Amino acid sequence: MESSLKNMVLVLFTITLLSSAAVGGVYLITKEPIAQAKEAAVNNALKQVLPEFEATTKQTIEVNALPIVAHTATVADKAVGYAIESISKNGFGGAIRLMVGFDTEGNIVNINVLEQKETPGLGTKMADEGNALHSSLVGKNAGKVNLTVKKDGGDVDALTAATISSRAYAEAVAIAYEAFKVACGWQSTAGDVATGASKQEQKGGQNE
Amino acid sequence: MSNNRLSLVWKGLIKENPTFVLVLGMCPTLGTTTSAINGLGMGVATMAVLIMSNVVIAMIKNLIPDKVRIPAFIVVIASFVTVIEMLMQAYVPSLYAALGVFIPLIVVNCIILGRAEAFASKNGVLDSALDGVGIGLGFTLSLTVIGAVREILGSGSIFGLSLGISDYMPLVFVLAPGAFLVLGFLMVLFNKYLKK
Repeated sequence: MESSLKNMVLVLFTITLLSSAAVGGVYLITKEPIAQAKEAAVNNALKQVLPEFEATTKQTIEVNALPIVAHTATVADKAVGYAIESISKNGFGGAIRLMVGFDTEGNIVNINVLEQKETPGLGTKMADEGNALHSSLVGKNAGKVNLTVKKDGGDVDALTAATISSRAYAEAVAIAYEAFKVACGWQSTAGDVATGASKQEQKGGQNE
Repeated sequence: MSNNRLSLVWKGLIKENPTFVLVLGMCPTLGTTTSAINGLGMGVATMAVLIMSNVVIAMIKNLIPDKVRIPAFIVVIASFVTVIEMLMQAYVPSLYAALGVFIPLIVVNCIILGRAEAFASKNGVLDSALDGVGIGLGFTLSLTVIGAVREILGSGSIFGLSLGISDYMPLVFVLAPGAFLVLGFLMVLFNKYLKK
């Protein structure tokens, strides 16, 4: 077709109009299934980190100026556990999101990595079965252990050659514990969490 | 299918392999091939977009004034990528969880625009679809091979299955420098032995 101004404007307008109509149409069709898929993913993660439950309610708690979603699991309207969607922004490759499950005493039931972008082969081991971070935390009472890595004087075993990723993981668990204390009513507001992950910024330049 | 059409697919796979011969789309090639499965996923997603955009562009090529063809192509490609992303998120959430971060990258993959410009805008619908299949398979193959080599050398596993040697492997191969090294050596081997 000839490249006259009228033609060009008309064709580009038609193409963008049709494309946006197509994208909009697919958005409307997929909106509901996407929401369901996201909910199913959250429910699946909840089942993995909590004791048996019948229903959950959720609330948002602010820790370190981050909005943390806390799910309270109940059986016959009695709380049996809390699952916290925690986040640390100090990972080696950006934010790390964890789902941490607590029972009513503050014992860590399980930890599930929801999202991480760490270095493959190093930091990504945090999502593997039975890694050092996971096994040094699960079953412990979060109030009785120091939630920083051993290098920083804490009780958490770090992943080999992935200290920054491990610090971020420990920080996310510590943030989860702060949110847990609010969720189960031990405290009215959450305190701030200072861990090795934020200290690292001043020290700088170490291995991951 | 005539011999000529079959050779269209073969051409994309070997003779005009987008990664090792045309050297197009290096950003996703280097960035996503930390493991074999990541390379495979990126390749398949790119192939899907490539086939669809080639078909549509071959259909509308006579209606587009020459001077605005590039913006028109980009709008078509970007729409397909967005549609695929939403469909994957809705109906195959597990696949989306593994590949979701790579999908938007397909828009900026110059293989797609390159094939639209060099092939689909000059050829018929069926030929363009086959060109998409060939180039797509070539891209998928290269990315899977690069990913597999980097995974074996860097983390001592293949498609996520540990070979039990992970502690002895040089980690550099899963990091950025390893991507360049592996790509370079594979490119040399490919051009020496396969490209006749």
